Amino acid sequence: MSQLTSLTLKGALDGLRLKAFSSVELTQAHIDAVAAARPLNAFVLETPEKALAMAKASDERIAAGTAGPLEGAPLGIKDLFCTEGVRSTACSNILKPFVPTYESTVTGNLFRDGAVMLGKLNMDEFAMGSSNETSAFGPVKNPWKVQGGNQSLTPGGSSGGSAAAVAADICLGATATDTGGSIRQPAAFTGTVGIKPTYGRCSRWGIVAFASSLDQAGPIAKTVEDAAILLTSMAGHDPKDSTSLAVETPDFSTFVGKSLKGLRIGVPKEYRVDGMPAEIEALWQQGVEWLKEAGCEIVEVSLPHTKYALPAYYIVAPAEASSNLARYDGMRYGLRADGGNLTEVYENTRAQGFGEEVKRRILIGTYVLSAGYYDAYYLKAQKVRRRIADDFEQAWKTCDALLTPTAPSVAFALGERSADPIAMYLNDVFTVTTNLAGLPGISVPAGLDSQGLPLGLQIIGRPLDEGTVFSVASAIEKAAAFRAKPERWW
Amino acid sequence: MAIDAATVRKVARLARIAVPEERLDPMARELSGILQWIEQLGEVDTDGVEPMTSAVETKMAMRDDVVTDGGDASRVLSNAPRSADGFFIVPKVVE
Repeated sequence: MSQLTSLTLKGALDGLRLKAFSSVELTQAHIDAVAAARPLNAFVLETPEKALAMAKASDERIAAGTAGPLEGAPLGIKDLFCTEGVRSTACSNILKPFVPTYESTVTGNLFRDGAVMLGKLNMDEFAMGSSNETSAFGPVKNPWKVQGGNQSLTPGGSSGGSAAAVAADICLGATATDTGGSIRQPAAFTGTVGIKPTYGRCSRWGIVAFASSLDQAGPIAKTVEDAAILLTSMAGHDPKDSTSLAVETPDFSTFVGKSLKGLRIGVPKEYRVDGMPAEIEALWQQGVEWLKEAGCEIVEVSLPHTKYALPAYYIVAPAEASSNLARYDGMRYGLRADGGNLTEVYENTRAQGFGEEVKRRILIGTYVLSAGYYDAYYLKAQKVRRRIADDFEQAWKTCDALLTPTAPSVAFALGERSADPIAMYLNDVFTVTTNLAGLPGISVPAGLDSQGLPLGLQIIGRPLDEGTVFSVASAIEKAAAFRAKPERWW
Repeated sequence: MAIDAATVRKVARLARIAVPEERLDPMARELSGILQWIEQLGEVDTDGVEPMTSAVETKMAMRDDVVTDGGDASRVLSNAPRSADGFFIVPKVVE
């Protein structure tokens, strides 16, 4: 049944519709693939019985002619999404015993449309990390390795489990979230497609909160079309999230393959950073050529505040995190440690329950929000954030979408950067700007480097213009003809 | 701005995270490194710039003022570390 796991989501949905195979067959093939891929550590919880029950129900709906748009398709769910009756931990020790009694809106939307859940996917703790190494379940291993090498590489983060699982063909697609690059950077590191939509497209309700003004859900998928199909299901207005936008969700797959004639593509000069490998620079230039051939006009644009995006992010995100994570007090749910009095119980619970990176960010956030520092840090960062958003506003006067690299490097070795927080933060230099400005951004695989590792290009669009983003991404996908797959070692 | 061990102790107290004595100095160095890197924001002219509080400007929607949830103590308590008779059991709060 290995051919069933090598299908794209679109291919699988077509096969199910034509009754070439059943959802139970398709799901069983993926359950077997998940079990065989345990060395990747992509799943932190496998739910094969639930998956088969959901697949059986899907087969019944297909037979009855009441199939939804994702009917019978087995997906992986990032462990940041609360799933009713299924342990959801955000890959933190503080939530290890947590079993939600409710379903996140995004996963609820996917299941409404017929998707099947294979289990919960590994990630950096509370989505704080760029290498999956902060997970309480240990890091995910990237299915890709350097040609002829044997070293374990990071799949990126925080959605490393989602990206690795899709790259390894053990699920047809996966949910992910992106606060500073957590969908797009792992997608680039694993040769998969990942889109962070406009802030407010997907409801945050039932997703464990990290930095509420930046967090957005989106899919990681095998193709641009698959990502469009998944996002169409995941998105939609939700009264339970006050920042959810009351706008129509178009069928994003109708934008895939659309003509780009006359479209203006901006190339931001500030995205040429020191120390970026020449191969990434060359691939970016190649992307420009592909889009020219597709009929686009290329314009150079300037986003002068780009270099301040990461420092602004590392005020805003920890500040919001320190507030959001105050709820983990050991009283109502999650871990509770012993202590001589109430304060000690709180302090010990949080000391034992949170990992080092999470503690570091809570302390930074608490510091920048503490009396006397609010204006100098938080308010300043929110003003810089406005400057960054204004840069994009200026750019949209002369272009319709932007083309950039997704990340400044290829996948690096596990352990290589974990000692230096700032070196790790620099992974998100090209992705974090869109979180601060709330814009949609996609990463699409565009080639391999000389060591045989995948590289991604990013397309950024205007607010709510995911349609153009998908159209440009599908043109890159077509021109790049990226078909490479990691050689199976697991 | 450089942070010293005493500041880490104070901030850790505010954040309700126990930090052992021997971790105060290393943590102070790590946090100082990050804050020094953040200081570059001082180069940006932000005079007269309105702080950005949300990525997409929206008006808060009103909803009907009706009860939509509740009355389900067993679900609320299902993840409690300790509970009894429909209540959370917590350490003594008032001496």
